[in-house]
Amino acid sequence: MTTDGSKLGFYLLLAPILLWLVVLIILPHLGLFWVSISEKIGPREFQTGFGNYVTFFEEPLYWRTFARTAIMSILATALTLIFGFPIAYYIAKLTRGRTKTTLFLMCMIPFWVSELVRTFGWMILLRETGVFSNLLQYLGLVSGPVEFLYNDAAIMVGLVYTSILFMVVPLVTTLDSLDDSLIEAGYDLGGNSLSILREIVIPHAMPGIVSGCIVVFMLSLGNYLTPILLGGKDSLWFTGMIYTQFITRFNWELGSALGFLLLALSSGVVFLGLKLSRQSLADTMGRA
Amino acid sequence: MANPAPDLQCLDLTKDFDDFRAVDHVSFEVPQGSFFSILGPSGCGKTTLLRMIAGFQSPSSGDLLIKGASMIGVPPNKRPVSMVFQHLALFPTMNIGDNVGFGLRQRGVARAEIARRVDEILARVGLPGVAGRRVDQLSGGQKQRVAIARCMVLEPDVLLLDEPLGALDLKLREHMKVELKSLQAAFNTTFVYITHDQSEALVMSDNIAVMNRGRFEQIGPPQEVYHSPDTAFVAGFVGEANRIDARLVSVNGPVLTLESESGAALSVEAAQSGLSAGQRAQVFLRPEAIELTTSAEGLEGRENVTKGTVASVLFNGANSSVTVQHASGTPISVALPQTGDMAKLRPGSTVYTSWHPGRARVYPAPGA
Amino acid sequence: MIPTVPQPGFAKWCYRAYVTAFFLYLALPLAVVCVFAFNNSVFPSLPWEGFTWAWFFGTEAPFIGVFNERSILRAIGTSAFVAAWVSALAVAVGTCNAFLFVRHSFRGKSLLYILMLLPLIIPGVILGISILVFASAIANTLEDATGLWFDGLRPGLILVILGQFSFITTFATLVISARLQKFDPSLEEAALNLGASKLGAIRQITLPFLMPAILASAVVSILMSFENFNTTLMLVGSESPLTITMFDKLKQGSTPVLNAVSLLLIVMSAVLGILSLLFQKPKR
Repeated sequence: MTTDGSKLGFYLLLAPILLWLVVLIILPHLGLFWVSISEKIGPREFQTGFGNYVTFFEEPLYWRTFARTAIMSILATALTLIFGFPIAYYIAKLTRGRTKTTLFLMCMIPFWVSELVRTFGWMILLRETGVFSNLLQYLGLVSGPVEFLYNDAAIMVGLVYTSILFMVVPLVTTLDSLDDSLIEAGYDLGGNSLSILREIVIPHAMPGIVSGCIVVFMLSLGNYLTPILLGGKDSLWFTGMIYTQFITRFNWELGSALGFLLLALSSGVVFLGLKLSRQSLADTMGRA
Repeated sequence: MANPAPDLQCLDLTKDFDDFRAVDHVSFEVPQGSFFSILGPSGCGKTTLLRMIAGFQSPSSGDLLIKGASMIGVPPNKRPVSMVFQHLALFPTMNIGDNVGFGLRQRGVARAEIARRVDEILARVGLPGVAGRRVDQLSGGQKQRVAIARCMVLEPDVLLLDEPLGALDLKLREHMKVELKSLQAAFNTTFVYITHDQSEALVMSDNIAVMNRGRFEQIGPPQEVYHSPDTAFVAGFVGEANRIDARLVSVNGPVLTLESESGAALSVEAAQSGLSAGQRAQVFLRPEAIELTTSAEGLEGRENVTKGTVASVLFNGANSSVTVQHASGTPISVALPQTGDMAKLRPGSTVYTSWHPGRARVYPAPGA
Repeated sequence: MIPTVPQPGFAKWCYRAYVTAFFLYLALPLAVVCVFAFNNSVFPSLPWEGFTWAWFFGTEAPFIGVFNERSILRAIGTSAFVAAWVSALAVAVGTCNAFLFVRHSFRGKSLLYILMLLPLIIPGVILGISILVFASAIANTLEDATGLWFDGLRPGLILVILGQFSFITTFATLVISARLQKFDPSLEEAALNLGASKLGAIRQITLPFLMPAILASAVVSILMSFENFNTTLMLVGSESPLTITMFDKLKQGSTPVLNAVSLLLIVMSAVLGILSLLFQKPKR
């Protein structure tokens, strides 16, 4: 970077990223915040204030939905971790060569398909006239059609399904990098499966666990399709509220405030996750 | 007990992989408190053998006893052996103290007791006060000692070492050889050490087993393995040696007369070579067994005297050598004493080589 | 735990059973979607009325197949248009970013790197509304000032493209940077030493080396653009891409024509996905 030519090259490289980040990320979010602190006092007349945020706290429907979305997302993240970890471990440590590639590919394929298609599949399986209901009737376990759709369990099944890959992939990557000889050393020194899992495998997999959890939590929190389609119209998901304010009610000011709260929650949890596990964003996400 | 069971005993141990026999009917025993090395080229089955002792492979047949108790079917975490892994396998997510205390924690030892024993063992390996450090804050040699401490704190009957010096640079490796030997003497624990580096085995061991293609070719003290190798493989693998392909012309008591492929006559003393006239043989001759002179004077009456020219001089301090090209045949390597006019040798100089018939070894040629 | 440590047979058996059950869980929804694309019934559900190709090639109502359903064909076209633009933009900017982050060191680099990663942790809906709000604000200001119309800044394909580009670029940057990091700069120096110009060296030596990553990230960008829903939902105008069209149809009550579209999507995604992996496979 000493010659003029490379200096020019440097600025040419810097221009697109600045344009992208400033115009599409930073300014829009500042704008979003600006709109969220605007109160409508007449047609095309606004004043600055936190009225929209006050509305959020005063209206139980909003903050209850907010809390519900957060809690369900945390639950979905925990379930995804519990279900995904054994699979990632199996792929990373117990298979080799061709089997490993095949299993990994089998994990990936569902996630290259649109989330809409995946959710549609669950609707066919779970609804009253669906596959499960018919199967139970055929087996004689129930006498009439059973509705599995439009409840929280259905949302949970869909959320876990939709995000499990984002848990499995980082876990496979970190577990792959765990040298078998460390596990052998653990056994050699008298450890058993449980203590080795706790003291060697999980500490090593921590970056993968954190990055998987962050992504899954964020995806669940920001999910719109799964709660709406599997949970029904009254499923009360926070993204649904934002959509309603923006598109149906055309109350952008309140919608922006709700959006900003969701952003704050998701960033807060990401920050907390990174701090608690002493990881940095660049380390956990940069390897995606 | 008048005759206690040896620490480690392998009886007819065999390990087959799909269509490949990695370890082939190996039997040996290691007495308490000795340093036993298994020396062989890569792929000879020494790692498989070590992993069977540790419990990470199960033998296809044969028995394995530690202090007289069979280990067949005993999982690795229940065996009284510990292993220092090739790349040490120190747990990077724990500090040094937690690494060394790992095994004690598994045994449910009280926390204060663990701390005391960890400090004690770290002091014994010469690393007092490092318990709080991270693994990556230690040098290569310190990591070696921590890996040994992590095993020794459990007071194993046998310590297995899987080429732990391989990753170190030359200087440190030389230093660690001496240190490992003295640690072993201080702990008085049985060490089983595998390596492909003959100098490591020669320097440290009480006994060396030379392994090739899944079999033990020879077991014995370093001097014996070096000076009287049982087989051509051992002669060629341990230490440096010139190999001369030859045919046996006549047997005259203990003295054999051979003719090399290039037509030179060789005279070798070998009491029980099992060779008969006309058979093809291999003669092994160490570089330091060959005497080098610049003139023929004083060589009357010596045997195996040949005139040749210096092909190249390889200066390497005390280990310097020259390659000498005789009138015919492949060049041979001769140790170069750093004295007198030998220092003036240049490629092209005329020299005479001679060697005593008792200093060469002769074996039947493979397939003969 | 690992193959070299013996484990009781029962534990191994349980583990295998769990893994099998997991893969069934993964495959089940996609399998039913595909199967019901061939059901000779107007509802994508049991009972099975027999096999038919009508949901692909049918012309008579109610059995209008995908290839004759105008709205779906148009949506596929729209999606392809959006995906092509997003992919081209994301790969171009991603390649620049890779060179910037791997080859240059400058003040604020780590801050810029974190900013670059941010789109990964912003929920897609928020990304959508923030761009919507910002673009509308600019449009309002410009219209007030000039009295002209600025339709490009209102919900529509341009905003959809920008919205998807805003986070897909991060993925492209990461994939291409990872490859560039493995590049040995001495190869480029050798080219310079042999008389190549700086740009010539990059074009002839570095870019061919990066090509697998560039192709892979282009394919991944197309995939992500095609299946994106959250961001697109907030920015879409009158012309809607495939996922939005399907969502609207799904809300109205679905016919197996949606299964047929989904089947096509699954096949396309699987082919593109495997393609992207093949590009990334190191050939040497």
